[in-house]
Amino acid sequence: MNDDLVQVRAGVYHDSVSLMRVSQALSGLPGVEVAVVAMATELNLGIAAELGFALPAAGPADLLVALRAVDEAAAGRAAAELDRLLADLSLRAAGPAAAEHPPRTVRSALRSALGDTALGDTAPGDTAPGDTAPGDTAGDASGDPAAGRRATLVLVSVPGPHAFAEALDAVEAGCSVMIFSDNVPVEQEVLLKRRAGELGVLVMGPDCGTAVVGGTGLGFANVLRPGPVGVVAASGTGAQQVACLLDLAGVGVSHVLGVGGRDLSAEVGGASTLRALDALDADPATGLIVLISKPPAPEVAQAVREAAGKLATPVVTAFLGPGQDDLTAAAGNVLRALGGEVPEWPSWTGGDGRPAPGGGGAAADGAAADGAAADGAAADGAAADGAAADGAAADGADPPRPGRTLRGIYSGGTLCAEARLIAGAGEFTDYGDDAYTRGRAHPMIDPALRLEALSAAAPGEVVLLDVVLGHGADPDPAVRLAPAIAAAVSRGVPVVVALVGSTGDPQGLEAQAGALREAGADVFASNARAARHAARLADAR
Amino acid sequence: MTLPMLSGEPRVVTAGADVLGRALDAQAVPRVAVDWRPPLPGTEADLARVLADPRRAAANARAVGRLVSARPQLVAVRPAREVLDLPPGTFLHAGPPITWERASGPMRGALIGAMLLEGLAADAGEAEERLASGRARLEPCHRHRTVGPMAGVVSPSMWMFEVRDAEHGGTAYCSLNEGLGKVLRYGAYGPEVIDRLRWMGEVLGPSLRAALELTGPLDLRALVAQALQMGDELHNRNRAATSLLIRELAPGLVEAAPAHAAGVLRFAGGNDHFFLNAGMAACKVSTDAARDVPGSTLVVAMARNGTDFGVQVSGLGDRWFTGPAGVPDGLYLGAYGPADANPDIGDSTITETAGLGGFAMAAAPAIVRFVGGDVSAAVAATRSMYEITLAEHPAYQIPGLGFRGTPVGVDVTLVARTGLLPTVNTGIAGRVAGTGQVGAGLVTPPASAFTEALAALAGAVPAG
Repeated sequence: MNDDLVQVRAGVYHDSVSLMRVSQALSGLPGVEVAVVAMATELNLGIAAELGFALPAAGPADLLVALRAVDEAAAGRAAAELDRLLADLSLRAAGPAAAEHPPRTVRSALRSALGDTALGDTAPGDTAPGDTAPGDTAGDASGDPAAGRRATLVLVSVPGPHAFAEALDAVEAGCSVMIFSDNVPVEQEVLLKRRAGELGVLVMGPDCGTAVVGGTGLGFANVLRPGPVGVVAASGTGAQQVACLLDLAGVGVSHVLGVGGRDLSAEVGGASTLRALDALDADPATGLIVLISKPPAPEVAQAVREAAGKLATPVVTAFLGPGQDDLTAAAGNVLRALGGEVPEWPSWTGGDGRPAPGGGGAAADGAAADGAAADGAAADGAAADGAAADGAAADGADPPRPGRTLRGIYSGGTLCAEARLIAGAGEFTDYGDDAYTRGRAHPMIDPALRLEALSAAAPGEVVLLDVVLGHGADPDPAVRLAPAIAAAVSRGVPVVVALVGSTGDPQGLEAQAGALREAGADVFASNARAARHAARLADAR
Repeated sequence: MTLPMLSGEPRVVTAGADVLGRALDAQAVPRVAVDWRPPLPGTEADLARVLADPRRAAANARAVGRLVSARPQLVAVRPAREVLDLPPGTFLHAGPPITWERASGPMRGALIGAMLLEGLAADAGEAEERLASGRARLEPCHRHRTVGPMAGVVSPSMWMFEVRDAEHGGTAYCSLNEGLGKVLRYGAYGPEVIDRLRWMGEVLGPSLRAALELTGPLDLRALVAQALQMGDELHNRNRAATSLLIRELAPGLVEAAPAHAAGVLRFAGGNDHFFLNAGMAACKVSTDAARDVPGSTLVVAMARNGTDFGVQVSGLGDRWFTGPAGVPDGLYLGAYGPADANPDIGDSTITETAGLGGFAMAAAPAIVRFVGGDVSAAVAATRSMYEITLAEHPAYQIPGLGFRGTPVGVDVTLVARTGLLPTVNTGIAGRVAGTGQVGAGLVTPPASAFTEALAALAGAVPAG
C-alpha cells in the first residue's frame, strides 16, 4: 500500500535549485516513488495535485513536501532524510561567512558590507549627541564608505518576478549587478538600465547566464585563462562557446560581460551593450572586444555600430543568424584579428572505439566519407572551420533523401538556434527556455527533462545535445547522461554531443569528453561541427 | 567610462540560488549572502510599481533626512485649551479615528474620565450615556499635532508639553504623565484619577511652566541621546531620561515655584515614565517634519486606538491605513493575565516610528525580561529593524552595538519585501473600562496596515 506524506512548512524558504536537488535525492531513495519538495507556488501545487496528492492550503512563502513511498517504513526513512537535507541547506545558508543576522535584502547586504567601516568612522565614547551636526544624517546608505570594503558586484538569481527589487537596490547603491533570473518583465529591464545609466553602473541581464569579471566566474561560468579579449554578450551560451574555443586555442579573456538577450531589442535599445563597450574600451586589460548577439533591431544595430566605431579598441562583431558566421567562425575571426592561427577544434569521436582525444578532430570527424575536404579547408582558416564547404558538400552532393529525424535537445538557447540553423532540419528544443524553467531549475543544473527526451528518442532518430561545463553547472553531467546515451546508442540512436568547456573547468573537459565518448557519443568542442556531424548522420541513415 | 568592478578584487553580494553562491565560494571570492524570502503575499505588483516610481529614492532621502535632523526642544508647558483647537465636548484620542461604538474598554473609560474632569457629566453613567448618544466629538491626537499614550485622551483642561523643532520649526504636544496603576490613560476614571488630574492642572502644569520660563528651552534630542546611553529605550524604560529631566528642571522649579517644588519633584521622581510624554512629543515633532513628501514610502505615524492599528505614510498625507490591533505578548502585573488584556492601544508607537522604543531594545538590557526576552533577543530585535528602516540615527546611538545609530524610518516597501513588521514595546491596558494597566510586553502590528499603504502608494504613482 502506498504511503503519502504531505507537509506544509509555513515560512520555510529555500531557492528552487536547492529544493530540486533535495527532491532528486529523495526520489532516488529505495522505496520512494516520487518526491516533490518545493515552495508552494501555484505551479508546484499544481504539479503535486496532478500527482494525486491531497494538499492542504499553502502559499508561495510556505515549503511544500509531497512524497509517495511504497510503505510507511520507506516514507519514514525519506522523511528523516528530508530533515537532514533541509537542515544541511539551512546550515549552508547560515554559513561561516554569513553574519549572525544575515541581511534580508540586497540593500541591507550592501549597507552591512559597508557598515563596519561606517562604524569605525564614528568616534565611540561619550559623544554629546546634541552636537551632531544636522545634515550629516540620512544614514550611511548614500555615504561614501571606504572603497576597500565596498561590494563590487551584486548577483541576483531570485525568482524573476522578484528580481527587480533586489537589482534596483544594487543600482541605487551605485553597484553593478548581474541578473541571472529570467522572467523579468521588459519594462523593468528598461527602467533598471535607465537608472544604471544615470548612476554609472552596469546591469548585466536579466537572464544573464554567464559573466567573467576580473577572473571571477559568475553564474554558469567557465574557468578561462586571463587574456586580452573582452566579450560583450547578449547570449550566455554563445559567449561560453566563443570563450571556450578561444581558451582551447590558448587565448584568454579579460572580462565576459553578459547584457541579457533583450538588450539589443528596440525596447531596451542596447543600453547595457553600449555601456559595456565603453567600459571595456577604458579597461587597460582589454585589447580586443568581441560582441556576440542575435541580430539586433536595425536602429539599435546602427547605434551599436557607431559606438563601436568610435572606440580605440578594435571590435569583432558576431551577430548570429541566417547568412552570418556561426560561433565557431566568430572565434576564428577573433584569433585572426589577434594575428593568430585557427587550430583544429578538438573532437572525441571514433565509431569503433578508437580513442580520439583533442586535436584528432579532422581524422576522427566521422566525416571522412563526405567531409574530409571540408575539414581540411579549416586549416587555411579562410572558410572558418569549413562551415560553408562542409554544408555544401553534404547538401549539394546528394539529392534529398528520407533521412533520420534529427532531435536537438539543448540547454543553451544560442547553441540550440545555431545548431538548428546549421542542420537545416530536425526538431530542436531549448530546455533552457523560460517555458521550461518556470518553477524548475535550469537544464544545466537539472538534466531531468533532457534525460526524458533522450530516453524517448526512437530508432531512426539522431540525437544532438549540448553539455556545458563550468562553475554553477552540474558538477558531473556525464554521470547521469552517459547511461542514457549508452541506452540510446544501443537502441540504434546515434548521439552527438557539443561539449562546451575549457580545460580549466572543475568538471574536467577531457574526463567528461571521455565518459561521453565511452558511452558511445560523438563529442565536439565546436557546436557548429557537432551540428554538421549530426546532420550528416541523419542524412546518411 | 570606467566601471570599478573591472579593476580590483571582486566582492560580491548574492541573492538567490545557493548553487551560484557556492560557485563563488569555490573561487574564494569574498561575498555576502542575502537571506532572501518571497515578499508578503499579494504585494508583488504594488512593489514593482512603487519601487519604479522615479520620485521614490530622492523623496525618501529627503523625508528621512528631515526626520533624523529634527532638533526637538521642550519650550513650554501649557493647558490644552490654550494651544489646541478643542471646543468643549471635543476630545482627542490615540490612534486612527474611532467611534464610541467601536471603542474598547480603556478608551471608553478614559473618555468617561475626561467628561468628568471637564464637568460635562455628574457621574460615570451620565458620561457614558452622553458619549454613547454622540454628544461628544472624537478626533485623533495626530490630526492636532498631538500624541497621547495609551488611550491618549486629551481634554481642554489637561496640561501639555509643548515641543518645538528648532531645525524645521514644527510644534507638537503631549499631555503630562500621570504615573502608573489606576490612571486615565489606561482607562481608569475613579475619584483618585480625577483628583490627580485636577492637581496636575492646578499645581504640576503651572509649576513646570514657570520653571521652563526660567530655564529656557530644554534640548530633548541631547537628553534622549544621553538616556539611550544610560539604558533607556524611551518607550518602556524612561528611568534615565526622567532622572535627566528632573536634573534639568529642579533648580528652576525651586526658584520659580518654591511652594510646590518638593511636591512636583516628588511626583515626577516617583514615576519612571514621567519623561515618556515629553519624549513622545519630541518624536512626533520629528516625524511630522518628514510628512507630505510626494513619493516617499516612509512611515510617519504608527498608532493604535485599542481597536485598530494604523499607519500614516509621508507620501500619502493624512490617510490612515489600518488593521486589527493585536493583543500584546508580555508580563502581567499581580493576578492579571492575557485574558484581562485589551488589544494594543496608544500613540506611544511614535517612539518606534522615530527609531526608539522597540527599535532601540538593544540599548535597554534592564527591561528585556519585561518585554519577553533575553539580551540576545533584544539585540536581534534591533538588528532586524535595520532591515526595514531607511537610516541610522546620527544622534541616537546604541553603546552595545558599537555606538551604531538606532534604526530609524520604516519604509513600507521594505516591510513588504522582508515580511518583517516593526517591533513595538508597549504597556498593556485592562480590557474592562476603569481597570488601568495590567502589564507590558511586545506586540506585532497587523501586516495589512502596511500592505494597504503599499497599495495606496502604488495607486499614487504618476502614470508614465
